[in-house]
Amino acid sequence: MLNAMDVAAFRGERLVFEAVSFSVPAGGALLLSGPNGSGKSTLLRILAGLKAPDAGTVSWNGAGAFDDRIAHARRVTYVGHQDAIKLGLTLAENLRFGVGDQCIGAALEAMNLAPLSDLPARMLSAGQRRRLALARLALSRAPLWLLDEPTVGLDAGSVDRLGSLFSRHTDRGGVIVAATHLPLPLAGPAELRLR
Amino acid sequence: MKLFTALLARDLRLAIRHGSDSLAALLFFVLTAALFPLAIGPAPETLGRLAPGIVWVCAFLAALLPIDRLFGADFEDGSLDQLLLSGLPPAAIALAKAVSHWLVTGLPLLLVSAPLASMLRMPSTGLLALLLGLLPGTMVLSLLGMTGAAIVLGARRGAILLPILILPLATPVLIFGAAAPEAAMSGLSVRPHLLLELALLLASLSLSPLAAGAALRHAAD
Repeated sequence: MLNAMDVAAFRGERLVFEAVSFSVPAGGALLLSGPNGSGKSTLLRILAGLKAPDAGTVSWNGAGAFDDRIAHARRVTYVGHQDAIKLGLTLAENLRFGVGDQCIGAALEAMNLAPLSDLPARMLSAGQRRRLALARLALSRAPLWLLDEPTVGLDAGSVDRLGSLFSRHTDRGGVIVAATHLPLPLAGPAELRLR
Repeated sequence: MKLFTALLARDLRLAIRHGSDSLAALLFFVLTAALFPLAIGPAPETLGRLAPGIVWVCAFLAALLPIDRLFGADFEDGSLDQLLLSGLPPAAIALAKAVSHWLVTGLPLLLVSAPLASMLRMPSTGLLALLLGLLPGTMVLSLLGMTGAAIVLGARRGAILLPILILPLATPVLIFGAAAPEAAMSGLSVRPHLLLELALLLASLSLSPLAAGAALRHAAD
């Protein structure tokens, strides 16, 4: 389970948020909401271990999450607002990073991209690129998913597919933290509002 | 280790897909070196004496040409975040980038240097020493260049900052590297020069991935 105590973050000289505390149990989900600039993405980057918190502590299963940053990186799958897609590689090659080919087929299938598997990613539309970025979730065995506006640009069918990935993950005891303005296909998530 | 080779394979595949970028450095190398006979005249004795220095300086500048894109593309499209979260230590990511830069830029430069040096009428006695010096020399350049690229990541005008940062650090490589064929042509031992080049390689191999790894973490922060 994921625990945050009194976390604060600065962006340059500006205090983005302070005294943010929450706890997400295994199999739980937390939605981060709040106006633009309230620090949703910053909080996600802190939870991912990409940015160090300026105050407060984050713990995973009772131990400090950032004591071993490599170990923390292994338990995180992060889908940021950038898609992290290489336009020169095909869809399958974009996902192939230390995983086997059969998993890649299944992951593309999960986001309904399998027929496009051998196309270069530059041929994709913005929504399809988003789906390719989200297909990483289907490959992930990490227990903590951190998602930044996952459904922006997705059609209704893809949101449903994402919903089944989410429920598979939480059923296995995984934790989801997502920043969003749109309703997400999650069953009974807790909500944290940043100002 | 598996992730390290996966990252290397991905970078090499991207380099092949964008072949023109890699070729540009090579063409830059050949063309700048070809300008020297035009500027200082084709007299073989003058050219031959200057050839080691010309080859070294041109290889130096050509190797730096593609270096700001080494992390730049990954930084802009969000891939750097994914790499940092892949479970690879940042120093290993940095080392993989240096290795891919050497394979894509350093090695072709090394291969082209031999015909280029003969084109500049360099006496054949110095050729082997030139290549033996360039082998570790281009590796050091890849490592230093990669470190510089990681440090200027996210800075405005990083591409201009980069040579200012790296060139002073790389001068020892240039000095001993260009001295080796010089020594061979005047019948002296090339051994001390080459050993110093190797020492520089070992020092940068152990230090620069760590420095670059820390810089990558900072860039993502």
